[in-house]
Amino acid sequence: MKKTVNAMGDSCPIPVVKTKEAIRELSGQAGTVETLVDNEIAVQNLTKMAVQKGYGVTSEKLGENQFRVTMTIAGSETGSGDTQKPEGAGAETLPEEPACIPDARRKHTVVAISSSAMGSGSDELGTALMKAFLYALAQQDTLPSTILFYNGGARLTCEGASTLEDLKALEAQGVEIMTCGTCLNFYGLTEKLQVGTVTNMYAIAEKLTQADLVIRP
Amino acid sequence: MADNIVFCKGGGCTAKLGAGVLSRILSRLPKGPEDPHLLVGYDSRDDAAVYQISDDTAIVQTLDFFPPMVDDPYTFGQIAAANALSDIYAMGGQVKTALNIVCFPEKWDLNLLGEILKGGSEKVIEAGGVLVGGHSIADDSVKYGLSVMGVVHPDRILTNNHGRPGDLLILTKKLGVGILCTANRVGEASAEAMAEAVASMTTLNKYAAGIAADYEIHACTDVTGFGLLGHLREMLDGKLSARISWKQVPVIREAFRHADEFLLTAAGQRNRNFAGDSVLFREVPFSMEEILFDPQTSGGLLLAVRPDQGPALEAALRSSGLPAAIIGCLLEREAAEITVEP
Repeated sequence: MKKTVNAMGDSCPIPVVKTKEAIRELSGQAGTVETLVDNEIAVQNLTKMAVQKGYGVTSEKLGENQFRVTMTIAGSETGSGDTQKPEGAGAETLPEEPACIPDARRKHTVVAISSSAMGSGSDELGTALMKAFLYALAQQDTLPSTILFYNGGARLTCEGASTLEDLKALEAQGVEIMTCGTCLNFYGLTEKLQVGTVTNMYAIAEKLTQADLVIRP
Repeated sequence: MADNIVFCKGGGCTAKLGAGVLSRILSRLPKGPEDPHLLVGYDSRDDAAVYQISDDTAIVQTLDFFPPMVDDPYTFGQIAAANALSDIYAMGGQVKTALNIVCFPEKWDLNLLGEILKGGSEKVIEAGGVLVGGHSIADDSVKYGLSVMGVVHPDRILTNNHGRPGDLLILTKKLGVGILCTANRVGEASAEAMAEAVASMTTLNKYAAGIAADYEIHACTDVTGFGLLGHLREMLDGKLSARISWKQVPVIREAFRHADEFLLTAAGQRNRNFAGDSVLFREVPFSMEEILFDPQTSGGLLLAVRPDQGPALEAALRSSGLPAAIIGCLLEREAAEITVEP
């Protein structure tokens, strides 16, 4: 089931309130809810909610002052028990909320991407290889729990990158996509982030030190 | 109200522009020749400006106004005035004069405006100040506040950035009023919690400042639009670090529930975008993170007090009826600018 929420012109928290109402109307069935909003902060507040609730979430900029946030909600009756809920999530959970995304994530595998190109040699080739790597990664049976983007890697999560589609597919499967805020700022990309969340060096250090396996393509 | 007056559209300090945007603009303004009498200007991002006029007197100037965050005009007037007056107390000053600043729709019932101004003038009187004039503009939405002038002895100015490593941090009011007003707008807040929030927002920081004057305070600010963490970060001024024990932070309890329901403001998210990178959260629930970023309207004072005097100051504030608590301490600069832990 798919629902669309028009929250254009609404200020926070109204977009969140309307989206929660639409999710409630799914009555426990699996579905997607698309919310249209007119500002970036509303996108961030909706994304924050989805991440806390364990929903899949992607967002895209449709035009000047027009954004679409798409949440994927797993139905409560679709089966297997393994629920994924991030730490610190709200104590009160509505009955329809336990997410049952088939969990293809391997615990604590982190992919760290520090450049927009894969390998050294030709940059042109390296860029094509990186795109191919992320495409192939999204097709794997076992996915990493987190992909970190820093330094030149930050370009891959921003407007205009050819890797966005695959990264959104990974995010929709529950893979955490995190881009270094300092790096976005350095490259003037702060407003251009298209997938995942902004992170900082403490979180990056924590992800890397707590990982069972770090993959550096 | 049948005539479609929407008095409250989500105001208070949540209506502030983000600190990130502001500092970019302010840093580019042309600067005139330096005036040695200006003791605190906007360069320091302090709560109010301080200008020395004689050996023993400096004047403190501040201006604050915003749209309503509650439905009752009289209460709104009280809150807006308490919030504006607070900046004088945050600098260690005494209130002397105040000017009204008003935006009001021409076609609305003027009695509403009368109620707002009544609430405001009562607070000015309680502060020991005189209301001496004002300015009003016909506008399509309501805004109200004060421009306030106070005095302080130049040796007794409380700046926000002279804290020392080891100082204990004391917060004099509960957090969560921004989230509660937001929840109230969508009909989710309980009457009891709203009453507690309103009582907190209408309480003058005069009383906390009066008690603190007997102790050795190294830094002081009031917690308003940038949230506790945003204002704490201004206090650290890039030179110090702080550790906050979130379980010690006074909070209006119901705010946890609303934060977990994502009844969050845009301003809170802007605060997170601005200060989030410098904060390390260790075992802090999501709802508490949000409360620490929550913009406060007429929030309490954040005091950095000499460590051995902290417990006595906390006790004195509490015995006067304020929900004050020691919430953490200042440290020499460490890797994380601010660490929040249990």
